[in-house]
Amino acid sequence: MQAFTQLNGLVAPLDRANVDTDAIIPKQFLKSIKRSGFGPNAFDEWRYLDHGEPGMDNSKRPLNPDFVLNQTRYQGASILLTRENFGCGSSREHAPWALEDNGFRVVISSSFADIFFNNCFKNGMLPIVLSAEIVEGLFKEVESSVGYQLNVDLDAQSVTTPGGKAYVFEVDAVRKHNLLNGLDEIDLTMQQQDKIKAFEIKHRQTQPWLFN
Amino acid sequence: MVAKTLYDKLFDSHVIHEENGTALIYIDRHLVHEVTSPQAFEGLKLAGRKVWRVNSILAVPDHNVPTTERSSGVVGITDPISRLQVQTLDDNCADFGITEFKMNDHRQGIVHVIGPEQGATLPGMTVVCGDSHTSTHGAFGALAHGIGTSEVEHVMATQCLVQKKSKSLLVKVEGQLGLGVTAKDIALAVIGKIGTAGGNGYAIEFVGSAIRDLSMEGRMTLCNMAIEAGARAGMVAVDDTTINYVKGRPFSPKPEQWDSAVAYWKTLHSDAGAGFDKTVELDAATIQPQVTWGTSPEMVVGIDGKVPSLDLAKNDVQRGDWERAYAYMGLSADTPITEINIDKVFIGSCTNSRIEDLRAAATVAKGKHIAPNVKLALVVPGSGLVKAQAEQEGLDKVFIAAGFEWREPGCSMCLAMNADRLEPGERCASTSNRNFEGRQGQGGRTHLVSPEMAAAAAIAGHFVDVRHL
Repeated sequence: MQAFTQLNGLVAPLDRANVDTDAIIPKQFLKSIKRSGFGPNAFDEWRYLDHGEPGMDNSKRPLNPDFVLNQTRYQGASILLTRENFGCGSSREHAPWALEDNGFRVVISSSFADIFFNNCFKNGMLPIVLSAEIVEGLFKEVESSVGYQLNVDLDAQSVTTPGGKAYVFEVDAVRKHNLLNGLDEIDLTMQQQDKIKAFEIKHRQTQPWLFN
Repeated sequence: MVAKTLYDKLFDSHVIHEENGTALIYIDRHLVHEVTSPQAFEGLKLAGRKVWRVNSILAVPDHNVPTTERSSGVVGITDPISRLQVQTLDDNCADFGITEFKMNDHRQGIVHVIGPEQGATLPGMTVVCGDSHTSTHGAFGALAHGIGTSEVEHVMATQCLVQKKSKSLLVKVEGQLGLGVTAKDIALAVIGKIGTAGGNGYAIEFVGSAIRDLSMEGRMTLCNMAIEAGARAGMVAVDDTTINYVKGRPFSPKPEQWDSAVAYWKTLHSDAGAGFDKTVELDAATIQPQVTWGTSPEMVVGIDGKVPSLDLAKNDVQRGDWERAYAYMGLSADTPITEINIDKVFIGSCTNSRIEDLRAAATVAKGKHIAPNVKLALVVPGSGLVKAQAEQEGLDKVFIAAGFEWREPGCSMCLAMNADRLEPGERCASTSNRNFEGRQGQGGRTHLVSPEMAAAAAIAGHFVDVRHL
């Protein structure tokens, strides 16, 4: 997994609550058996005016000029600012894959759906929860200032505005450590394999029907 | 002894190791389907890793499979990308020696229908699947939730998940449901009350007399939609209903294991006095048949209701959501729900495709015919075994005589990954779980309802109160 330490990035605002993972990456693109290539289809139904299917040349499709992420000022953004309950619905990890492939490494919101939140950490992405008031303030600043960037520092657990205002965010210590160091979770768990085996033996003795 | 919740008991009994509030928990059952597994299998192969415990896994293709005639098997899937994904599951299961119910196996079906049907879901288990509706299996007094593909790979390689314990939410539904009011309506009413983010960070336990009165299939419908309330896991304590359902299924405990299994399962309930982080109460008698009007399951009202007006929105963010939902759904505020005409009907999905669901819909449809404005009414059984049972009871004939199409099992138009979908602007009465924009097809408009309400809407051509039929 790629490590995440610091990011100074352009911010794109997606001013909607309850953005679900079907919207982030529609189902027809989930037929792929690969982990990559989902970026051009992120937010496909909002982003393009036509209907997207796998295999289309996305560079030739008509863009929806009303969709905020299509605006010139937000091209190259690596931080997505959005509203409460981002990533709700389907567990599809294709959602963080699509965002990451689209250049986003950080998503800031007042809350996230649990499975999406968890999936981000498996892909070198950092979902940051800030209060609804702070998020509201950031929306105002982003929209009023072209080229608005934020500095995200995982080690310091801070988001710093161009004006120098720093907001501290919470992050679980284990997730932080793994993300800072880009650690492979399977390797880490395999270090506990003796404990797993011992548990399994005991579990099999007490509930043998689980192993039928 | 400290009083424990059901969730505490299930979680604590699977902890292998704990450090800084993060636990490694053992996974008993891993269900696998074709959409969220190929990248996990590829990861295992690239790293040269093995599957830790092959017999913990049960695999089935469900999302992509066609629901029309399919006797030629995988090669008969016309969409080449879907065909490759289903073929990839077959190949991966063969390579790793995993039990798979292939597309033409009579036991094939929706992963959350076949797990319980086979007894592969048991009380006291930890159950995971790369699918958010894994919460369904919590109906058995199991800890069950959806995971991402990286975690699918992690569970395959290690039999474990890295987990932080969730907070606990008690949803208490006392009283008796009215005639024509179902588990689906309880689920939607709960979501209407707490919102789709209401359960974020929580595991829900459903309790109360209305829950105890539900059949296992009703409990599955309810737990299935816990994720729509934001909770990864929903669960119901074990009782005789649970135990009677589990008995005699292919993966259930063998006769010589049965008594000790039952003795253990009977401990799977929250202790008196166990503390919950949050409690929500509903009165079953006041729950009406529910119909969603918007693009999130929380945008829901009773059948007597109307599309809510903006002055009822709680803040600017919700006002914006509702305005977008009106536009997408082609509805205006204050429209009575019973005046909404429909184009299509979908009876199926991991929420409502089991035999009791089909019986309930057939009871409504019997001797009637779908309305002229209804272009398509699909009935998609949850599994091959559900389909066979329904046919034995003659339900297929009831549906066909009423103008419904009787299909092969799969996820179908719940998420429209196969050919079953809505066209732009079409409006559907659907027994599925999500009414998100584009969920049933780009531009499609979904209204979530119970099987009874979907069948009644098919006959009337618009939503009607099934209690008045």
